[in-house]
Amino acid sequence: MLAKTKIPMPRFFHKNGRALGSMGYFLLLMLVFFIGAPEVWSRPNLHQSVFVMMPTLIFMVIPLVFLVTSGEIDLSFASTYGLSAYVFALLIKAGIDPFFAFAAGVCTGALVGATVGAIIVFGRLSSLVASLGVLFLIRGFLFVSTNSRSITLLDIDEHWMYPMLVGKVYGLPVQVLWAGAFVIFAYYLFNRHVFGIHVHHVGDNEVSAAQMGINVKAVKIKAFMFVGIGAAIAGMFTTLITYTFFPTQGFGYLLLALAAVFIGGTPYWGGIGTVVGAIFGVGVIAYMEIGVVAVGMSGTWRQFFNGLIILLALLGHRLHGDRVR
Amino acid sequence: MRSIIELKNVSKRFAGIKALNDVSIKISAGEVVGLIGDNGAGKSTLIKTLVGVHAPDSGSIEIRGDHVEGWNALKARNAGIETVFQDKALCPQQSIVWNIFMGKELTFPFGFVRQKEQVKIANRLIREIGLTSELIDAEAPVGNLSGGERQGVAIARAIFNEAELIVLDEPTNNLSLNETQKVFDFVGNVKNSGRSVLFIGHNIYHVYDISDRFIILDRGEVIHRLNKQEVSSAEKLMKIMRDTIKGH
Ligand SMILES: Nc1ncnc2c1ncn2[C@@H]1O[C@H](COP(=O)(O)OP(=O)(O)O)[C@@H](O)[C@H]1O
Ligand SMILES: [Mg+2]
Repeated sequence: MLAKTKIPMPRFFHKNGRALGSMGYFLLLMLVFFIGAPEVWSRPNLHQSVFVMMPTLIFMVIPLVFLVTSGEIDLSFASTYGLSAYVFALLIKAGIDPFFAFAAGVCTGALVGATVGAIIVFGRLSSLVASLGVLFLIRGFLFVSTNSRSITLLDIDEHWMYPMLVGKVYGLPVQVLWAGAFVIFAYYLFNRHVFGIHVHHVGDNEVSAAQMGINVKAVKIKAFMFVGIGAAIAGMFTTLITYTFFPTQGFGYLLLALAAVFIGGTPYWGGIGTVVGAIFGVGVIAYMEIGVVAVGMSGTWRQFFNGLIILLALLGHRLHGDRVR
Repeated sequence: MRSIIELKNVSKRFAGIKALNDVSIKISAGEVVGLIGDNGAGKSTLIKTLVGVHAPDSGSIEIRGDHVEGWNALKARNAGIETVFQDKALCPQQSIVWNIFMGKELTFPFGFVRQKEQVKIANRLIREIGLTSELIDAEAPVGNLSGGERQGVAIARAIFNEAELIVLDEPTNNLSLNETQKVFDFVGNVKNSGRSVLFIGHNIYHVYDISDRFIILDRGEVIHRLNKQEVSSAEKLMKIMRDTIKGH
């Protein structure tokens, strides 16, 4: 078609500016590491650690892109992560087949997400504050009910599911493939599915969406559910990889996952977001976490650099302009 | 005439304000009804109740003669009623296509959207209405458009659905003369195709020209129902309006 060949390149850049911006930061970070410590950079086990960490983050971060685009935020996912892993570990200990335990963990995430969403949407609460409450509530429950003790699942790798979920193919962690499939699915869900499109509308202008017959509350609750499901999968993957559930599990991911969303180019105000950008956001975070130590700096520098990256990324994304009204 | 929608004894309050007080209106097939009244008379509230955006505090709603419960915006659209709201109900960060199909996307099975088909239809619709510049394409965000162009998008949305009743709430506000004429042409086309229009405006001359009959609303109540035969000119309609406002 003629019209198609006539689409100028700037259109592409304009439409994908935020995703390309986060790709830029990612490449820049790689370049800095590469120039700063080339010998560390060529060590394969550095990239391998990143590849183990990235899938976990991706399962949490992509659903958060949906939720932030819908105009809400969630902090409780970091505890849902722990709760689902707890349910998973408990059921396996009780002799339930890990496959069903996994399904139960996913349902736990969905249920927690739906509950948090419903409380916020029907109670008209601030999602930031309400989900902060739930974050502490669930974490508190985990500490109390486990007596702060972890659960070890030693024989879990004997189950058929283990190599399928977190085994290795040609040295590559299988969860990377799952995360990749999840990204492709989420990309189409976000950009080409009624749910994703309604998420955009609801976050852009709630009143307009409602006037056009979109069930705003249902869309938001579904977005919260998606976050819960993503956190549940991430939590159980971590438990599988480490053979352990521990009650503080996921707490460290709270701020990293949120940072990845915003570094990835999804603005805080709702209505727009980018799945592809979020992948690069996750890449930045994962390489920062592992790279700073790998290049020989003390781990105490890590947070400092994370902070710097977040600020620089936000300033960079400012170039894409303010919210249009 | 066959009734499309009828509101019976509808009342609506907002935090102490009686926006609608025991209002009954009926829109029949093929007619253009002009709804007029001063600012704050309750015109927008009335049409939002009609199209299911506001639930009435009391009263009932009939669609094609049948009583309906739990009337809402989606049901209204599915019943063939499309609305161009006063605020246009657009999402400025989204593309023209997504705005046109908002809430009524064309889908494949499992809810995936027929994006290419939507783009094609959207491009045709905005060209048909002619309110947007020829250069604009349907994948551009609505936030970049002028007021008239945005109105064009809102109208495009109302026509793609082939609604039986189109409700227009002050559609010519802030439009140029040329743009206003295009909106009138559109209303004429809808009427000629045998469909109905409920037209709200505070420019009496505009409303007079295109309507078959008039409903005058004042402080939440219907105070006049007039056929065009009963009002020989826009000036007469204007006088009736003025007299009611003077009466306050
Ligand atoms: N959502 C709302 N909340 C509170 N008051 C409202 C709301 N919508 C309308 N009103 C009030 O109801 C009355 C009628 O408003 P409206 O229907 O917009 O009038 P019109 O469209 O005729 O100018 C006004 O006093 C207005 O302030
Ligand atoms: Mg109004």
